Amino acid sequence: MTKDNHPLLSVRNLKTYFFQDEGTVKAVDGASFDVFPGKTLGIVGESGCGKSVTAQSILRIVDAPGKIVEGTITLTRANGNQVELTQLQPDSQEMRDIRGAEIGLVFQEPMTSFSPVHTVGDQITEAIQLHMNVTKLEARKRGIEALRSVGIPKPERRIDEYAFELSGGLRQRAMIAVALSCSPRLLIADEPTTALDVTTQAQILDLLRTLQQQNQMAIMLITHNLGVVAEMCDDVVVMYLGRVVEQGTVDDIFHSSKHPYTKALLSSIPSIEMESRVKLPTITGSIPHPYARPAGCPFYPRCERFMEGVCDKQEPTLLAVSDKQKVSCFLYQK
Amino acid sequence: MIAYMVRRILLALLTIWMITILSFIIIQLPPGDFVDTYANTMSAGGTGITQAEKDALREQYGINQPMYVQYLKWMGLIMQGNFGMAIEWGRPVLDVIGDRLMLTIVISLAAIVFTWALALPIGIYSAVKRYSFLDYLFTFVGFIGLAIPGFMLALIVMYVGFSYFGSNIGGLFSADYAEAPWSMEKVWDLIQHLPVPAIVLGVSGTAQMIRIMRSNLLDELRKPYVMTARARGLAESRVIMKYPVRVALNPFISTIGYLLPYVVSGSIIVSMVLSLPTVGPLLLKSLVAQDMFLAGTIVLLLGVLTVIGTLISDLLLMWVDPRIRLGRQ
Repeated sequence: MTKDNHPLLSVRNLKTYFFQDEGTVKAVDGASFDVFPGKTLGIVGESGCGKSVTAQSILRIVDAPGKIVEGTITLTRANGNQVELTQLQPDSQEMRDIRGAEIGLVFQEPMTSFSPVHTVGDQITEAIQLHMNVTKLEARKRGIEALRSVGIPKPERRIDEYAFELSGGLRQRAMIAVALSCSPRLLIADEPTTALDVTTQAQILDLLRTLQQQNQMAIMLITHNLGVVAEMCDDVVVMYLGRVVEQGTVDDIFHSSKHPYTKALLSSIPSIEMESRVKLPTITGSIPHPYARPAGCPFYPRCERFMEGVCDKQEPTLLAVSDKQKVSCFLYQK
Repeated sequence: MIAYMVRRILLALLTIWMITILSFIIIQLPPGDFVDTYANTMSAGGTGITQAEKDALREQYGINQPMYVQYLKWMGLIMQGNFGMAIEWGRPVLDVIGDRLMLTIVISLAAIVFTWALALPIGIYSAVKRYSFLDYLFTFVGFIGLAIPGFMLALIVMYVGFSYFGSNIGGLFSADYAEAPWSMEKVWDLIQHLPVPAIVLGVSGTAQMIRIMRSNLLDELRKPYVMTARARGLAESRVIMKYPVRVALNPFISTIGYLLPYVVSGSIIVSMVLSLPTVGPLLLKSLVAQDMFLAGTIVLLLGVLTVIGTLISDLLLMWVDPRIRLGRQ
């Protein structure tokens, strides 16, 4: 399909900073990537690398004192129009029409993502009534259907229950049902399986894939779990301290990764072929404190291939190393 | 759920019984009795009172009997709905309290309405627009309101009223209506006198409640369910009012239990300063005079109201908070 070549969502040089008394935290510092219809983009990185803030920036729900200071987020709407999301007021009618209706969000904490004092049904029908011109009764029917479609048994009963009455897996399914209730064209799943056990995790991922195939939905999957990425994604963006350090197809990333950070991440995955009782390789050091970000390449203090006088002096830029793969590292720049 | 309610009610009855014993002991604790106090007052006034007269009085009021007999007699009377005589007033206790009870409830309700109507919106604003100029202003004014003792504020208000407006703003009625029987004019007179005591009584509560609402709401605003509500495309005002505010209000429901006795006794010192004809000053007076039937009844009333208030707030909380209703901690 030719349509596939046209991104649904295009993020360019996005910078979201948090201005605090102690200093400015550059949560996202120049991220660029595209999300295509029907495809899954994985965004990986350690905790605190700006994955979640990127998602919140796209939906324009970054909490104060966070602010998008630079960059563009372009969404192609259902009618074919392109909208520049950074130009919209966060609480404007247009932005609210996009939120929930065109972009759905699944959060990493199914426990606290539902209000403790409202029923699941209250929150799901609310979204349906808001974005579709339907009666309360019709919204409830669609809510039950949405719960059924994500594999929740007895949805006509579950809809009147509270989130804490559901098990972790069911709760996450309900969360996905809310996000999908208005058939968004883009689903942002922020660590959708982190809080779940492995079996439930696999079920949820299967579910996401099935639903994606049904309506050609794009998925932006935020995770730190490379196993999930390998299983789910078409393209991958690796982030470190708010920057994209490498991006490419899932094969590029797993089989010919370029950036030392990506390589280090991959080597720290336990493998079934590995000798047992051997210490897993780890990335030395820890993520720098957000207020004390190193000059030059943000990864150089932990990098095995650090080049003195280069990495700590200049900032690398994201450059193409092949047709689809880009990396931000001086090792690959002439 | 029914079992829970039955258990709560039985426990409440047990607590009330304990309160009757405690309040009886408390009013008996100070040395001497009503007759001693009465004799002192009489001799201070120049007319002495003989030992024989004292004994006769003690005999008459049953004060010379052992404590447990007095307690049992008192309980017996209460069971029959008779709360005894207010010795100092020479009238039945219920009569004396009844006069003031209605006025106390009116004033306290006015104070509570004032408090809630002012504190909740300001608290919500302060939390949502945290660190804004108005938030700082409300915090500043709120702390001043919290720091000024109520009686001090009452004195200042009265002083200002008297020296600048030439009117005495104490009391609840103008001189013309104080002793008049109830009529529409008297009610109107009462309404005109209400704002000053209601505000004076409500100021510190308002300041406190703004702080509580602000911090409750700040806690809730950080929760992921607020962000997911936003992500559904709800308007910001609807997100705030429907979700975090609703959750942040729950703790206030548990304070209703403490409001009930407050509604009845009011603030004693402020009421004295503003010369409000409420139950608070009555309690103080009866304790000073060791008028045990009157004091005992008021203390008992406050205890019972606390228990009932707590029961009501527990049941209300169960009703509004599904986490409690459905038995999850």
